[in-house]
Amino acid sequence: MEKTVFKIISNKPLTKCIYEMCLEGNTSAIKNAGQFVNIALDGFYLRRPISVCDFSDNFLKIIYKVVGKGTEQMAKMQSGEQLEMLTGLGNGFSVNNCQKPLLVGGGVGVPPMYRLAKDLVAQGKQVSVVLGFNTCEEIFYKNEFEALGVNVYVATADGSVGTKGFVTDAITANKIEADYFYACGPLPMLRALYDKLDIDGEMSFEERMGCGFGVCMGCSCKTKNGYKRICKEGPVLKKDEIVW
Amino acid sequence: MVTEKNLSVELCGVRLTNPIIPASGTFGFGTEMATLYDLDVLGAISIKGTTREARFGNPTPRIAECNAGLINSVGLQNPGIDKVISTELPKLRACFHNPIIANISGFSIDEYVECCKKIDREEQVAIIEVNVSCPNVHNGGMAFGTSAESAAHVTRAVKAVTTKPVFIKLSPNVTDITSIARACEEAGADGLTLINTLLGMRIDTMRRRPVVANKMGGFSGAAIFPIALRMVYQVANACRIPIIGCGGVSSANDVIEMMMAGATAVQVGAENLRNPFACKELVETLPATMEQLKIENLTDIIGIVK
Repeated sequence: MEKTVFKIISNKPLTKCIYEMCLEGNTSAIKNAGQFVNIALDGFYLRRPISVCDFSDNFLKIIYKVVGKGTEQMAKMQSGEQLEMLTGLGNGFSVNNCQKPLLVGGGVGVPPMYRLAKDLVAQGKQVSVVLGFNTCEEIFYKNEFEALGVNVYVATADGSVGTKGFVTDAITANKIEADYFYACGPLPMLRALYDKLDIDGEMSFEERMGCGFGVCMGCSCKTKNGYKRICKEGPVLKKDEIVW
Repeated sequence: MVTEKNLSVELCGVRLTNPIIPASGTFGFGTEMATLYDLDVLGAISIKGTTREARFGNPTPRIAECNAGLINSVGLQNPGIDKVISTELPKLRACFHNPIIANISGFSIDEYVECCKKIDREEQVAIIEVNVSCPNVHNGGMAFGTSAESAAHVTRAVKAVTTKPVFIKLSPNVTDITSIARACEEAGADGLTLINTLLGMRIDTMRRRPVVANKMGGFSGAAIFPIALRMVYQVANACRIPIIGCGGVSSANDVIEMMMAGATAVQVGAENLRNPFACKELVETLPATMEQLKIENLTDIIGIVK
């Protein structure tokens, strides 16, 4: 973990309430796709934990949803402004010897899948990506995933684009073959994937956090391997350790 | 040019190189923080509250943000006294060489006694801090710290089984903290830590339900500093035993205020959660603040405000 000040390069809406922010600053503490940063905002007591969408030397990209006053304030920030944050938090997704990984992102759970897809493609794996949204207006990053050369499937709850229904319906409809899965999204989506898929996998979970670095025990959960902190031993948990 | 300042203080014969102590529950068992900076810059560390058995604590969500503070309802999650002694203390001892304050909680007198007996054998623990804000399962769930009688009862029971200095950590959720402080002093407490969190609540107006699963929780953070300071001042004027001031401290000036009100040392809690480097930064900025205020020795200002 590092405490670093980043400079905003760009901050723009991708949909009505999803924003993409690119920043410049020290990213040396960020190691894996699926990790998060914890952002200090003027006038707010606690930081805002936001997943990392992509990173490289001195460059960070986050995609966040405006859900309250804090993220509303973030959405108004301009390029050139600064944000202080803690970086390199959480475990992130694991790299293993799977050959045909399936990546599933639901809504604002899509962003961490982007870097993961990039990493898995670089390892020469045959990557399938399923993105779930409520309506066509909420879709983002479909083109960016396609540009990585992966198979991209979309599910929308209203059927306006892709498979009508949930991500699980898109997996069935497209007869996607996979030997491992990675997922991030709303809890009912994670649960549905857990029940449907008979392959191993891992999922990223959300919880209200106090510190974000493992000292306050605010975000603890029970797993088959004992109590874990979502911010420290998570946010990614292995399928076989999850207790619903 | 800042001249060399004397930051050292003494708590019941335990010398601290400076008065800054991370408060229990905001620093884990210290080990996580050792990767961030050299913990030996800290005067002492008060470790995560420990009970007889391992506890998961309360359901989540456990955290609610507030203006200038937060509510937590962690519910004393900890691995239990045996595991703390066998695993956590040795790990902390490897990266921290200053005094350790062991924070002990219990839901019965027996539990306090058993935990204190066990921790008494641990050489690296310099002070036992007894959290009396837990509900007493034998007394309808009323917190030990909310009556002078039960707070004194815990104090006497614990003092009987340990030779280490015992600090009672008082709850602010009472009508008269001085009467409880005096009862603890008369029962043999060597010192007092105050204050613990204030009982608070937030409601999620969209969902029409409390933000934290446990409905209510402990409110801490910068917002409670004036309340904590007032209580430290009142207790300092009512008791002779040393006080560790705690509650909303976030700047070197806050530290000075706490000490002027009567605290010998100062704990920093919620601020650690916003800024993991908070305690280190306080230790670093204290000399400059002392210079501005013409203070050479921190001990000179303890209780100076009458």
